[in-house]
Amino acid sequence: MTNALPTPQPRPERRVLSVLVDNVPGVLLRIVALFRRRGINIHSLAVSVTEDPGVSRITMTVECPAALAESVVKQVRRVVEVRRVRDVTDAPRTERELALVKVNAPAGVRSEILEAAQVFRARPIDLTEKTVTLEVTGSPEKIDAFLNLVARHGVREVARTGSVVLLRGSATT
Amino acid sequence: MRITTAETRKATRTISGAQAVVRVLEEAGVEWVFGHPGGASLPLYDALYDAPSIRHVLCRHEQVAAHAATGYARASGRFGVCTATSGPGATNLVTGLADAMMDSAAVLAITGQVVRANIGTDAFQEADVTSITTPITKHNALVMDPHALVRTLREAIYLCQSGRPGPVLVDVPRDVFQTQIPEELLDEPFEPRRRPVTKGHPARIAEAAEAISQSRRPILYVGGGAQGASEPLARLARRCRIPVTVTLMGKGAFDETDPLCLGMLGMHGTAYANYAINAADLVIAVGARFDDRVTGRLKDFCPHARFIHIDIDPSEIGKNKPAHIPIVGDAREVLEVLEPLVQPPDVEAWWKQIEEWRTRYPLRWKPGPMLKPQEAIEAIYRVTRGEALVVTDVGQHQMWAAQYYKCRRPRTFISSGGLGAMGFGFPAAMGAQFARPDALVVAIVGDGGFQMTMQDLITAVEWRLPLKIYVVNNGSLGMVRQWQELFYHQRYCAVQLQNPDFARIAEVFGAVGVRVERSEDLEPALQRSLEVTDRPVVVDLIVDPEENCYPMIPSGQSVKEMILGD
Repeated sequence: MTNALPTPQPRPERRVLSVLVDNVPGVLLRIVALFRRRGINIHSLAVSVTEDPGVSRITMTVECPAALAESVVKQVRRVVEVRRVRDVTDAPRTERELALVKVNAPAGVRSEILEAAQVFRARPIDLTEKTVTLEVTGSPEKIDAFLNLVARHGVREVARTGSVVLLRGSATT
Repeated sequence: MRITTAETRKATRTISGAQAVVRVLEEAGVEWVFGHPGGASLPLYDALYDAPSIRHVLCRHEQVAAHAATGYARASGRFGVCTATSGPGATNLVTGLADAMMDSAAVLAITGQVVRANIGTDAFQEADVTSITTPITKHNALVMDPHALVRTLREAIYLCQSGRPGPVLVDVPRDVFQTQIPEELLDEPFEPRRRPVTKGHPARIAEAAEAISQSRRPILYVGGGAQGASEPLARLARRCRIPVTVTLMGKGAFDETDPLCLGMLGMHGTAYANYAINAADLVIAVGARFDDRVTGRLKDFCPHARFIHIDIDPSEIGKNKPAHIPIVGDAREVLEVLEPLVQPPDVEAWWKQIEEWRTRYPLRWKPGPMLKPQEAIEAIYRVTRGEALVVTDVGQHQMWAAQYYKCRRPRTFISSGGLGAMGFGFPAAMGAQFARPDALVVAIVGDGGFQMTMQDLITAVEWRLPLKIYVVNNGSLGMVRQWQELFYHQRYCAVQLQNPDFARIAEVFGAVGVRVERSEDLEPALQRSLEVTDRPVVVDLIVDPEENCYPMIPSGQSVKEMILGD
């Protein structure tokens, strides 16, 4: 719990990767291991089944330069269960993340927090005498901004889903 | 009510999972399985009991089984099979699988696993083998559904050989081996999920042909991926008079006795091969992966060159050096198309320069009071007339073998290149001998590495393998000793070996043992070893312990820092 605004850190370069895989056990381990091996941090990871129940989509944000990401992406492509991999960082895309944010909200500041939430179109989904839990959806940057805004009230807990991404228009990964 | 009409019996005929495994191996033409049984793989062995066409070689350590399967695969061009039980059996395979992965050897590993109900409970002899082997296999699978066993195994056999070969492990719980499954599962046709690209892109190939035709200082840099491409490679090199340098893995893909061949390049390559590639204006990499033992400091490697990179594995292209002309495809298929398109470039001045280097900086060694290791390799080369299938272990002797044993044909030099696994040589030589029973198979090993797997001499004796095992014995871990001498101020630490008498060890196992200490005894002893045809021979060659392996480009440096050693 902190009341000070976090000092902005130089952000490592991030790449957003979209991976379509066979929906079978063990695939995630294989892919993650290829990043771990090079010491690349996975900033976020979202895995779920797609419109085809036999196929899952992994969306991952990794902290590494583009050239390194490209080299690992090629190795990811070798994994037998991997169908498609694409670095979508520079592609026109829609990107969303969902976060649950539990903020200290004693009676005196509660309305202020809820007002801020409205601006961010965050919805309160739980309320107690001391806290409010908000659901906020948007780009990772929007969620970062919201967290910064409510930081001074004391953020008790955050759960973020990590980005999910689709390409704009009729393009597919 | 029991239905017992003949037709329903046929429709529901079942076999055990283990029997299905054996049937799949039989239909794939498997003749040899290298392995060691145990609790979880008992049902598999019970099924092997009834399989006359598959013979099982009982190795005394699973690492040996894995290396033998690798040696078999690399000598034959087919796939090798090894098997181990769960837990310790499977973990003992690990070094062998990692080696097969690094050197792209087609190996199928079948491991037993504890019964499904016990998986994840720290059961007796349980290890999470698919997790352990994920980074060191091309693919692996734990078979939880008995109905998926046949398909999984067929896919494993396909994958280990397709595209860039590699080890594939199938982990089978004991109760899956024991489950009765419909026999008709064997009739289901197998279709791979995806197939690798083997044909190179025509535009890229045309571009490459143009680049070669325009080059003035071209060089072919040939790796293990070219072992199946030797004919078009030879046509291209000979018609266009392009110098060829081979990697440790590429030895044999091009005739090293051809004057066009500059021998091996890299850390312990010939000086002239290293000078040539670093002066080249065009490097044609065929099935090679710009390993650090080849390139040294990457940014200083081939500073004047453009690169054509031909490889079946797209992830290799641009991994270490950017490729100006990348061609994804099978080396043979690509070269077959590329070769006729190339106009011979003007290489007169280039060859003049190369010949000058070759004359000025030949591979050389100086005779001394003791037997020299290079002298031993040259003698082995002479007595075997350069016709042997050479398998090496890892260390100084490996580099000397690579330098002085000139290979003429593909798949006649087998060594642990990528992983550098000591203990590889002798077991891989066993596997190679099983693959090519009529070939003269020579294992050149060091005294250090041999001791890592020599317990399996008994296996070679049991199968009456006429292997020649030449121990280049310098009483030390020579390559480590060399590095301590050159880079650690001669502070020798843990490199001196107190050795057993290898000749007597051989005799105790039932092999022939010979000890050679003097130069004059060398050739007669080697000659005699060739006359033994019904059992292995160990020739212990006591060589100068002070001899270093040169030339040497120290780790992470460039050709400018090459130590010639004279």
